[in-house]
Amino acid sequence: MSLIEQATKSLFLSELIKGMGITFRHMFSPTATVNYPYEKGPISARFRGEHALRRYPNGEERCIACKLCEAVCPAQAITIEAEPRSDGSRRTTRYDIDMVKCIYCGFCQEACPVDAIVEGPNFEYATESREELLYNKQKLLDNGERWESEIAANLASEAPYR
Amino acid sequence: MSETRIKNMTINLGPQHPAAHGVLRLVLEMDGEVVERVDPHIGLLHRGTEKLIEHKTYLQAVPYFDRLDYVVPMNQEHAFALAVERLLGIEAPLRAQYIRVLYSEIGRISNHLLNICVMILDVGAFTPYFWGFEEREIIMEFYERASGARMHAAYFRPGGVASDLPPDLLRDIGEWNKRFPKVIDDIEGLITENRVFKQRTVDIGSTSPAEAFDWGFSGPMLRATGVAWDLRRNQPYEVYDELEFSIPVGTTGDGYERYLVRMAEMRESVKIIDQCLARLPDGPVKVVDNKISPPSRSQMKNSMEALIHHFKLYTEGYHVPAGETYAAVEAPKGEFGVYLVSDGSNKPYRCKIRSPGFAHLQALEYVSRNRMLADVVVNIASMDIVFGEIDR
Repeated sequence: MSLIEQATKSLFLSELIKGMGITFRHMFSPTATVNYPYEKGPISARFRGEHALRRYPNGEERCIACKLCEAVCPAQAITIEAEPRSDGSRRTTRYDIDMVKCIYCGFCQEACPVDAIVEGPNFEYATESREELLYNKQKLLDNGERWESEIAANLASEAPYR
Repeated sequence: MSETRIKNMTINLGPQHPAAHGVLRLVLEMDGEVVERVDPHIGLLHRGTEKLIEHKTYLQAVPYFDRLDYVVPMNQEHAFALAVERLLGIEAPLRAQYIRVLYSEIGRISNHLLNICVMILDVGAFTPYFWGFEEREIIMEFYERASGARMHAAYFRPGGVASDLPPDLLRDIGEWNKRFPKVIDDIEGLITENRVFKQRTVDIGSTSPAEAFDWGFSGPMLRATGVAWDLRRNQPYEVYDELEFSIPVGTTGDGYERYLVRMAEMRESVKIIDQCLARLPDGPVKVVDNKISPPSRSQMKNSMEALIHHFKLYTEGYHVPAGETYAAVEAPKGEFGVYLVSDGSNKPYRCKIRSPGFAHLQALEYVSRNRMLADVVVNIASMDIVFGEIDR
Protein backbone atom coordinates (compact mmCIF):
# COMPACT_ATOMS: atom_id res chain seq x y z
CA MET A 1 0.00 0.00 0.00
CA SER A 2 1.44 3.35 -0.96
CA LEU A 3 2.00 5.99 1.67
CA ILE A 4 -0.59 8.33 0.15
CA GLU A 5 -3.22 5.62 -0.01
CA GLN A 6 -2.55 4.67 3.57
CA ALA A 7 -2.70 8.29 4.71
CA THR A 8 -6.02 8.88 2.95
CA LYS A 9 -7.53 5.74 4.46
CA SER A 10 -6.30 6.73 7.86
CA LEU A 11 -7.53 10.32 7.52
CA PHE A 12 -11.02 9.51 6.27
CA LEU A 13 -11.58 6.67 8.79
CA SER A 14 -12.48 4.40 5.88
CA GLU A 15 -12.26 1.09 7.79
CA LEU A 16 -14.33 2.48 10.66
CA ILE A 17 -17.04 3.69 8.28
CA LYS A 18 -17.01 0.32 6.49
CA GLY A 19 -17.42 -1.38 9.86
CA MET A 20 -20.30 0.93 10.77
CA GLY A 21 -21.93 -0.07 7.49
CA ILE A 22 -21.74 -3.76 8.42
CA THR A 23 -23.16 -3.07 11.87
CA PHE A 24 -25.95 -0.98 10.32
CA ARG A 25 -26.83 -3.76 7.88
CA HIS A 26 -27.15 -6.17 10.80
CA MET A 27 -29.81 -3.98 12.38
CA PHE A 28 -32.22 -5.35 9.80
CA SER A 29 -31.41 -9.03 10.24
CA PRO A 30 -33.89 -11.14 12.23
CA THR A 31 -33.24 -11.57 15.95
CA ALA A 32 -31.44 -14.71 17.07
CA THR A 33 -32.70 -14.78 20.65
CA VAL A 34 -35.59 -16.89 21.94
CA ASN A 35 -38.05 -15.80 24.61
CA TYR A 36 -36.94 -18.66 26.84
CA PRO A 37 -39.63 -19.85 29.21
CA TYR A 38 -42.18 -19.53 26.39
CA GLU A 39 -39.92 -20.50 23.47
CA LYS A 40 -37.27 -23.19 23.59
CA GLY A 41 -34.38 -24.12 21.36
CA PRO A 42 -34.78 -27.28 19.28
CA ILE A 43 -33.61 -30.60 20.72
CA SER A 44 -33.22 -33.84 18.83
CA ALA A 45 -34.40 -37.36 19.60
CA ARG A 46 -30.90 -38.14 20.87
CA PHE A 47 -30.96 -35.52 23.61
CA ARG A 48 -29.65 -36.81 26.93
CA GLY A 49 -31.54 -35.09 29.70
CA GLU A 50 -33.20 -36.17 32.94
CA HIS A 51 -33.34 -39.90 33.61
CA ALA A 52 -36.51 -41.95 33.71
CA LEU A 53 -37.34 -45.57 34.47
CA ARG A 54 -39.91 -46.99 32.06
CA ARG A 55 -42.67 -49.55 32.36
CA TYR A 56 -44.10 -51.99 29.85
CA PRO A 57 -47.54 -51.06 28.46
CA ASN A 58 -49.12 -53.54 30.91
CA GLY A 59 -47.66 -51.60 33.84
CA GLU A 60 -44.83 -54.00 34.69
CA GLU A 61 -41.44 -52.44 35.39
CA ARG A 62 -38.94 -52.95 32.60
CA CYS A 63 -35.87 -52.98 34.84
CA ILE A 64 -34.67 -56.51 35.57
CA ALA A 65 -31.83 -55.47 37.89
CA CYS A 66 -29.04 -56.71 35.62
CA LYS A 67 -26.92 -53.81 36.96
CA LEU A 68 -25.25 -53.10 33.61
CA CYS A 69 -25.95 -49.38 34.06
CA GLU A 70 -24.41 -49.48 37.51
CA ALA A 71 -21.33 -51.23 36.13
CA VAL A 72 -20.78 -48.94 33.15
CA CYS A 73 -21.51 -45.62 34.89
CA PRO A 74 -18.16 -43.74 34.81
CA ALA A 75 -19.23 -41.46 37.67
CA GLN A 76 -20.61 -44.31 39.79
CA ALA A 77 -23.81 -42.36 40.24
CA ILE A 78 -26.16 -45.35 40.14
CA THR A 79 -26.86 -47.62 43.14
CA ILE A 80 -29.00 -50.73 42.72
CA GLU A 81 -30.16 -53.33 45.20
CA ALA A 82 -32.22 -56.27 44.06
CA GLU A 83 -33.93 -59.42 45.30
CA PRO A 84 -36.56 -61.82 43.90
CA ARG A 85 -40.13 -60.60 44.23
CA SER A 86 -42.89 -62.75 45.78
CA ASP A 87 -43.85 -64.00 42.29
CA GLY A 88 -40.23 -65.08 41.73
CA SER A 89 -39.21 -62.42 39.19
CA ARG A 90 -36.05 -60.46 39.83
CA ARG A 91 -36.68 -56.77 40.43
CA THR A 92 -34.88 -53.85 42.04
CA THR A 93 -35.69 -52.89 45.60
CA ARG A 94 -33.60 -49.79 45.33
CA TYR A 95 -32.63 -47.77 42.27
CA ASP A 96 -30.93 -44.49 43.12
CA ILE A 97 -29.29 -42.02 40.78
CA ASP A 98 -27.24 -39.22 42.20
CA MET A 99 -28.04 -36.56 39.65
CA VAL A 100 -25.23 -34.40 41.04
CA LYS A 101 -22.61 -37.05 40.29
CA CYS A 102 -24.11 -37.97 36.92
CA ILE A 103 -22.17 -36.70 33.92
CA TYR A 104 -24.97 -37.37 31.39
CA CYS A 105 -22.79 -39.48 29.11
CA GLY A 106 -25.70 -41.73 28.17
CA PHE A 107 -23.82 -45.00 28.79
CA CYS A 108 -26.59 -46.26 31.11
CA GLN A 109 -29.22 -46.08 28.40
CA GLU A 110 -26.82 -47.62 25.88
CA ALA A 111 -26.06 -50.47 28.25
CA CYS A 112 -29.67 -51.17 29.27
CA PRO A 113 -30.77 -54.35 27.44
CA VAL A 114 -34.50 -53.69 28.01
CA ASP A 115 -34.65 -49.89 27.44
CA ALA A 116 -35.66 -49.40 31.07
CA ILE A 117 -33.36 -46.56 32.09
CA VAL A 118 -33.37 -43.77 29.53
CA GLU A 119 -32.25 -40.19 29.45
CA GLY A 120 -35.34 -38.28 28.42
CA PRO A 121 -35.86 -34.93 26.74
CA ASN A 122 -36.42 -33.00 29.98
CA PHE A 123 -33.71 -30.49 30.90
CA GLU A 124 -35.70 -28.33 33.31
CA TYR A 125 -35.42 -30.07 36.65
CA ALA A 126 -33.48 -27.55 38.70
CA THR A 127 -34.20 -27.78 42.38
CA GLU A 128 -33.74 -25.55 45.38
CA SER A 129 -31.82 -28.08 47.42
CA ARG A 130 -29.18 -30.66 46.71
CA GLU A 131 -31.14 -33.47 48.38
CA GLU A 132 -33.91 -33.20 45.79
CA LEU A 133 -31.39 -34.21 43.13
CA LEU A 134 -30.72 -37.57 44.78
CA TYR A 135 -33.33 -39.49 42.80
CA ASN A 136 -34.80 -42.72 44.12
CA LYS A 137 -36.73 -45.42 42.29
CA GLN A 138 -40.14 -43.80 42.84
CA LYS A 139 -39.00 -40.47 41.41
CA LEU A 140 -37.51 -42.19 38.37
CA LEU A 141 -40.65 -44.24 37.74
CA ASP A 142 -42.75 -41.06 38.05
CA ASN A 143 -40.50 -39.41 35.47
CA GLY A 144 -41.07 -42.41 33.23
CA GLU A 145 -44.82 -42.00 33.48
CA ARG A 146 -44.70 -38.28 32.83
CA TRP A 147 -42.41 -38.49 29.79
CA GLU A 148 -43.38 -41.86 28.35
CA SER A 149 -44.96 -40.55 25.14
CA GLU A 150 -41.95 -38.39 24.24
CA ILE A 151 -39.46 -41.08 25.22
CA ALA A 152 -41.27 -43.76 23.21
CA ALA A 153 -41.42 -41.50 20.15
CA ASN A 154 -37.71 -40.68 20.46
CA LEU A 155 -36.72 -44.33 20.85
CA ALA A 156 -38.80 -45.27 17.81
CA SER A 157 -37.22 -42.60 15.62
CA GLU A 158 -33.72 -43.52 16.85
CA ALA A 159 -34.22 -47.26 16.35
CA PRO A 160 -32.41 -47.44 12.96
CA TYR A 161 -29.29 -45.86 14.47
CA ARG A 162 -29.02 -47.93 17.65
CA MET B 1 12.70 15.12 52.51
CA SER B 2 14.66 11.89 52.41
CA GLU B 3 14.54 9.54 49.48
CA THR B 4 12.42 6.40 49.94
CA ARG B 5 12.67 3.28 47.85
CA ILE B 6 9.35 2.05 46.56
CA LYS B 7 8.78 -1.66 46.27
CA ASN B 8 7.18 -2.99 43.10
CA MET B 9 3.48 -3.46 43.42
CA THR B 10 2.17 -6.99 43.21
CA ILE B 11 -1.31 -7.44 41.83
CA ASN B 12 -3.53 -10.42 41.47
CA LEU B 13 -5.30 -10.98 38.14
CA GLY B 14 -8.02 -13.56 38.43
CA PRO B 15 -9.10 -16.25 39.15
CA GLN B 16 -12.48 -14.57 38.80
CA HIS B 17 -11.42 -11.98 36.27
CA PRO B 18 -13.44 -12.14 33.04
CA ALA B 19 -10.29 -11.65 30.96
CA ALA B 20 -8.59 -14.57 32.70
CA HIS B 21 -10.52 -17.06 30.53
CA GLY B 22 -11.58 -19.46 33.20
CA VAL B 23 -9.71 -19.86 36.43
CA LEU B 24 -6.31 -18.43 35.54
CA ARG B 25 -4.70 -16.65 38.44
CA LEU B 26 -1.78 -14.41 37.61
CA VAL B 27 0.42 -12.78 40.18
CA LEU B 28 1.85 -9.75 38.43
CA GLU B 29 4.78 -7.77 39.71
CA MET B 30 4.35 -4.27 38.40
CA ASP B 31 6.57 -1.27 37.98
CA GLY B 32 3.95 1.37 37.45
CA GLU B 33 1.97 0.05 34.54
CA VAL B 34 4.82 -2.07 33.22
CA VAL B 35 4.79 -5.77 34.00
CA GLU B 36 8.05 -7.06 35.47
CA ARG B 37 7.10 -10.61 36.31
CA VAL B 38 4.15 -12.82 35.46
CA ASP B 39 3.55 -15.81 37.69
CA PRO B 40 0.64 -18.00 36.60
CA HIS B 41 -0.91 -19.98 39.44
CA ILE B 42 -2.62 -22.99 37.95
CA GLY B 43 -4.39 -25.99 39.38
CA LEU B 44 -7.70 -24.45 40.38
CA LEU B 45 -9.56 -26.76 38.00
CA HIS B 46 -7.48 -29.86 38.68
CA ARG B 47 -9.69 -32.94 38.75
CA GLY B 48 -7.09 -35.66 38.48
CA THR B 49 -8.28 -36.80 35.06
CA GLU B 50 -5.15 -38.82 34.27
CA LYS B 51 -5.36 -40.74 37.52
CA LEU B 52 -9.12 -41.26 37.18
CA ILE B 53 -8.64 -42.76 33.73
CA GLU B 54 -6.36 -45.42 35.22
CA HIS B 55 -9.38 -46.69 37.12
CA LYS B 56 -11.87 -46.64 34.23
CA THR B 57 -12.30 -49.02 31.33
CA TYR B 58 -11.40 -47.73 27.89
CA LEU B 59 -15.03 -46.89 27.13
CA GLN B 60 -15.59 -45.15 30.46
CA ALA B 61 -12.52 -42.98 29.87
CA VAL B 62 -14.09 -41.33 26.79
CA PRO B 63 -16.29 -38.77 28.64
CA TYR B 64 -13.30 -37.55 30.61
CA PHE B 65 -11.77 -36.24 27.40
CA ASP B 66 -14.81 -34.07 26.74
CA ARG B 67 -14.08 -32.27 29.95
CA LEU B 68 -10.47 -31.34 29.19
CA ASP B 69 -10.85 -28.65 26.59
CA TYR B 70 -14.57 -28.15 26.95
CA VAL B 71 -14.69 -25.78 23.98
CA VAL B 72 -13.99 -28.59 21.49
CA PRO B 73 -14.93 -31.87 23.20
CA MET B 74 -14.75 -34.13 20.17
CA ASN B 75 -11.18 -33.28 19.13
CA GLN B 76 -9.90 -34.57 22.47
CA GLU B 77 -11.85 -37.81 22.19
CA HIS B 78 -10.30 -38.17 18.77
CA ALA B 79 -6.77 -38.39 20.18
CA PHE B 80 -7.82 -40.99 22.75
CA ALA B 81 -9.75 -43.04 20.19
CA LEU B 82 -6.74 -43.04 17.87
CA ALA B 83 -4.40 -44.11 20.68
CA VAL B 84 -6.63 -47.02 21.72
CA GLU B 85 -7.13 -48.06 18.10
CA ARG B 86 -3.39 -48.07 17.54
CA LEU B 87 -2.86 -50.36 20.54
CA LEU B 88 -5.68 -52.64 19.43
CA GLY B 89 -4.31 -52.68 15.89
CA ILE B 90 -7.62 -51.70 14.32
CA GLU B 91 -8.78 -48.86 12.12
CA ALA B 92 -12.18 -47.19 12.17
CA PRO B 93 -14.34 -47.81 9.06
CA LEU B 94 -14.08 -45.19 6.32
CA ARG B 95 -17.47 -43.62 7.05
CA ALA B 96 -16.51 -43.20 10.71
CA GLN B 97 -13.23 -41.60 9.69
CA TYR B 98 -15.04 -39.07 7.53
CA ILE B 99 -17.55 -38.34 10.29
CA ARG B 100 -14.69 -37.80 12.72
CA VAL B 101 -12.92 -35.42 10.37
CA LEU B 102 -16.20 -33.62 9.70
CA TYR B 103 -16.87 -33.08 13.39
CA SER B 104 -13.24 -32.22 14.16
CA GLU B 105 -13.46 -29.40 11.64
CA ILE B 106 -16.83 -28.24 12.94
CA GLY B 107 -15.15 -28.19 16.35
CA ARG B 108 -12.25 -26.19 14.97
CA ILE B 109 -14.64 -23.53 13.67
CA SER B 110 -16.43 -23.51 17.01
CA ASN B 111 -13.16 -23.07 18.89
CA HIS B 112 -11.80 -20.34 16.66
CA LEU B 113 -15.12 -18.48 16.75
CA LEU B 114 -15.03 -18.48 20.52
CA ASN B 115 -11.38 -17.53 20.72
CA ILE B 116 -11.47 -14.77 18.11
CA CYS B 117 -14.68 -13.24 19.40
CA VAL B 118 -13.54 -13.33 23.01
CA MET B 119 -10.19 -11.86 22.06
CA ILE B 120 -11.99 -9.05 20.26
CA LEU B 121 -14.19 -8.62 23.32
CA ASP B 122 -11.12 -8.40 25.56
CA VAL B 123 -9.72 -5.55 23.52
CA GLY B 124 -13.03 -3.73 23.67
CA ALA B 125 -15.30 -4.62 20.74
CA PHE B 126 -18.57 -6.25 21.68
CA THR B 127 -20.39 -6.82 18.39
CA PRO B 128 -18.54 -9.81 16.85
CA TYR B 129 -19.02 -11.69 20.11
CA PHE B 130 -22.75 -11.90 19.45
CA TRP B 131 -22.31 -12.92 15.83
CA GLY B 132 -19.84 -15.59 16.80
CA PHE B 133 -22.02 -17.02 19.52
CA GLU B 134 -25.02 -17.10 17.21
CA GLU B 135 -23.03 -19.46 14.97
CA ARG B 136 -21.68 -21.41 17.91
CA GLU B 137 -25.26 -22.03 19.00
CA ILE B 138 -25.92 -23.63 15.60
CA ILE B 139 -22.76 -25.74 15.96
CA MET B 140 -23.93 -26.84 19.42
CA GLU B 141 -27.16 -28.00 17.82
CA PHE B 142 -25.18 -30.05 15.31
CA TYR B 143 -23.29 -31.61 18.21
CA GLU B 144 -26.55 -32.34 19.99
CA ARG B 145 -28.17 -33.92 16.97
CA ALA B 146 -25.19 -36.24 16.47
CA SER B 147 -24.40 -37.21 20.02
CA GLY B 148 -27.27 -36.13 22.28
CA ALA B 149 -25.32 -33.52 24.21
CA ARG B 150 -24.49 -29.97 23.28
CA MET B 151 -20.98 -30.12 24.70
CA HIS B 152 -19.97 -33.32 26.46
CA ALA B 153 -20.55 -35.50 23.47
CA ALA B 154 -18.90 -38.88 24.20
CA TYR B 155 -19.30 -39.43 20.46
CA PHE B 156 -15.90 -40.56 19.11
CA ARG B 157 -15.35 -44.01 20.57
CA PRO B 158 -12.39 -46.31 20.10
CA GLY B 159 -13.39 -48.22 16.96
CA GLY B 160 -15.58 -45.60 15.34
CA VAL B 161 -18.31 -43.22 16.43
CA ALA B 162 -21.26 -43.83 18.74
CA SER B 163 -24.01 -43.75 16.11
CA ASP B 164 -24.58 -42.86 12.49
CA LEU B 165 -25.61 -39.37 11.38
CA PRO B 166 -29.17 -38.91 10.13
CA PRO B 167 -29.40 -37.64 6.51
CA ASP B 168 -31.24 -34.42 7.45
CA LEU B 169 -28.40 -33.46 9.78
CA LEU B 170 -25.88 -33.82 6.94
CA ARG B 171 -28.09 -31.65 4.75
CA ASP B 172 -28.34 -28.97 7.45
CA ILE B 173 -24.57 -28.98 8.00
CA GLY B 174 -24.12 -28.51 4.25
CA GLU B 175 -26.52 -25.56 4.16
CA TRP B 176 -24.93 -23.92 7.17
CA ASN B 177 -21.48 -24.47 5.69
CA LYS B 178 -22.45 -22.54 2.54
CA ARG B 179 -23.76 -19.63 4.56
CA PHE B 180 -21.04 -19.49 7.20
CA PRO B 181 -18.21 -17.77 5.21
CA LYS B 182 -20.42 -14.63 5.18
CA VAL B 183 -20.14 -14.49 8.96
CA ILE B 184 -16.33 -14.65 8.69
CA ASP B 185 -16.52 -11.85 6.11
CA ASP B 186 -18.59 -9.72 8.49
CA ILE B 187 -16.18 -10.21 11.39
CA GLU B 188 -13.22 -9.53 9.09
CA GLY B 189 -14.87 -6.41 7.67
CA LEU B 190 -15.47 -5.06 11.13
CA ILE B 191 -12.20 -6.00 12.82
CA THR B 192 -9.28 -6.89 10.55
CA GLU B 193 -8.45 -3.36 9.40
CA ASN B 194 -9.79 -1.63 12.48
CA ARG B 195 -7.19 0.76 13.87
CA VAL B 196 -8.11 0.25 17.51
CA PHE B 197 -7.80 -3.51 17.20
CA LYS B 198 -4.49 -3.17 15.38
CA GLN B 199 -3.11 -0.79 17.98
CA ARG B 200 -3.94 -3.28 20.69
CA THR B 201 -2.63 -6.43 19.00
CA VAL B 202 0.08 -5.71 16.41
CA ASP B 203 3.55 -6.46 17.86
CA ILE B 204 2.05 -7.69 21.11
CA GLY B 205 3.44 -11.08 22.07
CA SER B 206 5.71 -11.42 19.05
CA THR B 207 7.69 -14.63 18.92
CA SER B 208 10.32 -15.87 16.50
CA PRO B 209 10.13 -19.45 15.17
CA ALA B 210 13.13 -20.42 17.32
CA GLU B 211 11.48 -19.08 20.48
CA ALA B 212 8.25 -20.79 19.55
CA PHE B 213 10.10 -24.12 19.31
CA ASP B 214 11.86 -23.48 22.63
CA TRP B 215 8.58 -22.86 24.40
CA GLY B 216 6.87 -25.85 22.83
CA PHE B 217 4.29 -23.95 20.80
CA SER B 218 2.02 -25.81 18.43
CA GLY B 219 -1.08 -25.11 16.38
CA PRO B 220 -1.98 -21.54 15.38
CA MET B 221 0.53 -20.16 17.89
CA LEU B 222 3.38 -21.83 16.01
CA ARG B 223 1.95 -21.21 12.55
CA ALA B 224 1.60 -17.49 13.29
CA THR B 225 5.40 -17.34 13.59
CA GLY B 226 5.76 -18.63 10.04
CA VAL B 227 6.38 -22.34 10.61
CA ALA B 228 4.08 -24.43 8.41
CA TRP B 229 3.66 -27.26 10.92
CA ASP B 230 0.27 -28.91 11.02
CA LEU B 231 -0.20 -32.50 12.14
CA ARG B 232 -3.06 -32.91 9.67
CA ARG B 233 -0.50 -32.44 6.92
CA ASN B 234 2.81 -33.50 8.52
CA GLN B 235 1.59 -36.70 10.20
CA PRO B 236 -1.71 -37.35 8.44
CA TYR B 237 -4.23 -39.34 10.44
CA GLU B 238 -7.69 -40.51 9.37
CA VAL B 239 -8.49 -39.22 5.87
CA TYR B 240 -6.70 -35.88 6.03
CA ASP B 241 -4.15 -36.93 3.40
CA GLU B 242 -6.97 -37.31 0.85
CA LEU B 243 -8.45 -33.87 1.50
CA GLU B 244 -7.39 -30.61 -0.03
CA PHE B 245 -6.70 -27.71 2.26
CA SER B 246 -3.90 -25.25 2.87
CA ILE B 247 -2.00 -24.31 6.00
CA PRO B 248 -2.17 -20.57 6.70
CA VAL B 249 1.00 -19.15 8.23
CA GLY B 250 1.94 -15.74 9.62
CA THR B 251 5.28 -13.96 9.87
CA THR B 252 5.82 -12.23 13.19
CA GLY B 253 3.80 -14.38 15.58
CA ASP B 254 2.11 -11.47 17.36
CA GLY B 255 -1.47 -11.33 18.58
CA TYR B 256 -2.71 -9.88 15.31
CA GLU B 257 -1.15 -12.65 13.22
CA ARG B 258 -2.62 -15.31 15.49
CA TYR B 259 -6.00 -13.72 14.86
CA LEU B 260 -5.39 -13.75 11.09
CA VAL B 261 -4.20 -17.37 11.11
CA ARG B 262 -7.31 -18.48 13.00
CA MET B 263 -9.55 -16.58 10.61
CA ALA B 264 -7.87 -18.24 7.64
CA GLU B 265 -8.09 -21.66 9.32
CA MET B 266 -11.84 -21.30 9.65
CA ARG B 267 -12.07 -20.78 5.90
CA GLU B 268 -9.96 -23.91 5.36
CA SER B 269 -12.22 -25.86 7.73
CA VAL B 270 -15.22 -24.80 5.65
CA LYS B 271 -13.49 -26.34 2.62
CA ILE B 272 -12.74 -29.57 4.48
CA ILE B 273 -16.36 -29.86 5.68
CA ASP B 274 -17.52 -29.43 2.09
CA GLN B 275 -15.23 -32.21 0.90
CA CYS B 276 -16.25 -34.53 3.75
CA LEU B 277 -19.93 -34.07 2.97
CA ALA B 278 -19.36 -34.68 -0.72
CA ARG B 279 -17.23 -37.79 -0.21
CA LEU B 280 -18.96 -39.35 2.81
CA PRO B 281 -19.18 -43.06 1.89
CA ASP B 282 -21.85 -45.51 3.04
CA GLY B 283 -21.02 -48.30 5.41
CA PRO B 284 -20.66 -49.09 9.10
CA VAL B 285 -19.62 -46.42 11.60
CA LYS B 286 -17.95 -48.78 14.08
CA VAL B 287 -15.62 -51.70 13.63
CA VAL B 288 -17.67 -54.81 12.97
CA ASP B 289 -15.77 -56.79 15.62
CA ASN B 290 -18.21 -57.24 18.52
CA LYS B 291 -15.32 -57.85 20.89
CA ILE B 292 -14.64 -54.10 20.68
CA SER B 293 -17.79 -52.30 19.60
CA PRO B 294 -21.20 -53.27 20.98
CA PRO B 295 -23.67 -55.05 18.68
CA SER B 296 -26.78 -53.24 17.44
CA ARG B 297 -29.97 -53.38 19.52
CA SER B 298 -31.72 -55.75 17.13
CA GLN B 299 -28.74 -58.15 17.08
CA MET B 300 -28.54 -57.98 20.84
CA LYS B 301 -32.24 -58.86 21.19
CA ASN B 302 -32.09 -61.78 18.75
CA SER B 303 -28.72 -63.45 19.19
CA MET B 304 -27.41 -65.04 22.36
CA GLU B 305 -23.82 -64.45 21.29
CA ALA B 306 -24.50 -60.75 20.69
CA LEU B 307 -26.15 -60.47 24.10
CA ILE B 308 -23.08 -61.99 25.74
CA HIS B 309 -20.87 -59.52 23.87
CA HIS B 310 -23.15 -56.69 25.00
CA PHE B 311 -22.89 -57.74 28.65
CA LYS B 312 -19.13 -58.26 28.47
CA LEU B 313 -18.52 -54.89 26.82
CA TYR B 314 -20.60 -52.89 29.29
CA THR B 315 -19.24 -54.56 32.40
CA GLU B 316 -15.67 -55.65 31.83
CA GLY B 317 -14.95 -53.73 28.61
CA TYR B 318 -12.33 -54.97 26.20
CA HIS B 319 -8.75 -55.94 26.92
CA VAL B 320 -6.09 -53.97 25.09
CA PRO B 321 -2.80 -55.72 24.25
CA ALA B 322 0.16 -54.62 26.38
CA GLY B 323 2.19 -51.84 24.83
CA GLU B 324 2.49 -48.12 24.65
CA THR B 325 1.68 -45.53 22.06
CA TYR B 326 1.45 -41.81 21.51
CA ALA B 327 -1.35 -40.47 19.36
CA ALA B 328 -1.58 -36.78 18.61
CA VAL B 329 -4.18 -34.80 16.74
CA GLU B 330 -4.14 -31.25 15.50
CA ALA B 331 -6.67 -29.88 17.97
CA PRO B 332 -7.72 -26.27 17.30
CA LYS B 333 -5.39 -25.06 20.04
CA GLY B 334 -2.38 -27.07 18.94
CA GLU B 335 -0.99 -30.56 19.29
CA PHE B 336 -3.21 -32.54 21.63
CA GLY B 337 -1.63 -35.87 22.41
CA VAL B 338 -2.44 -38.95 24.45
CA TYR B 339 0.37 -41.19 25.63
CA LEU B 340 -1.22 -44.47 26.55
CA VAL B 341 0.42 -47.39 28.32
CA SER B 342 -1.49 -50.66 28.47
CA ASP B 343 -0.60 -53.64 30.62
CA GLY B 344 -2.96 -55.94 28.77
CA SER B 345 -5.91 -55.41 31.13
CA ASN B 346 -9.21 -53.66 30.48
CA LYS B 347 -8.01 -50.38 31.99
CA PRO B 348 -5.15 -48.12 30.87
CA TYR B 349 -2.04 -48.51 33.00
CA ARG B 350 -1.16 -44.89 32.40
CA CYS B 351 -2.66 -42.13 30.33
CA LYS B 352 -0.57 -39.02 29.94
CA ILE B 353 -2.29 -36.11 28.29
CA ARG B 354 -0.30 -33.53 26.36
CA SER B 355 -2.37 -30.38 26.24
CA PRO B 356 -1.29 -27.50 24.01
CA GLY B 357 -2.53 -24.82 26.42
CA PHE B 358 -0.08 -25.88 29.12
CA ALA B 359 2.90 -25.32 26.82
CA HIS B 360 1.52 -21.99 25.65
CA LEU B 361 0.82 -20.68 29.13
CA GLN B 362 4.43 -21.19 30.23
CA ALA B 363 5.49 -18.63 27.61
CA LEU B 364 3.15 -15.99 29.01
CA GLU B 365 5.82 -14.44 31.19
CA TYR B 366 8.32 -14.43 28.34
CA VAL B 367 6.04 -12.57 25.94
CA SER B 368 4.56 -10.22 28.55
CA ARG B 369 7.62 -9.10 30.47
CA ASN B 370 8.34 -5.35 30.21
CA ARG B 371 5.01 -4.81 28.48
CA MET B 372 1.99 -2.91 29.69
CA LEU B 373 -0.66 -4.53 31.87
CA ALA B 374 -3.25 -4.26 29.10
CA ASP B 375 -1.00 -6.34 26.82
CA VAL B 376 -1.08 -9.26 29.25
CA VAL B 377 -4.81 -9.53 28.58
CA VAL B 378 -4.23 -9.58 24.82
CA ASN B 379 -1.56 -12.25 25.25
CA ILE B 380 -3.84 -14.46 27.34
CA ALA B 381 -6.63 -14.08 24.80
CA SER B 382 -4.49 -14.75 21.74
CA MET B 383 -2.93 -17.83 23.35
CA ASP B 384 -6.33 -19.45 23.44
CA ILE B 385 -6.12 -20.74 26.97
CA VAL B 386 -8.77 -23.09 28.35
CA PHE B 387 -8.30 -24.27 31.87
CA GLY B 388 -9.93 -27.63 31.53
CA GLU B 389 -6.96 -28.93 29.59
CA ILE B 390 -4.22 -27.06 31.44
CA ASP B 391 -5.22 -28.22 34.92
CA ARG B 392 -6.64 -31.56 33.72
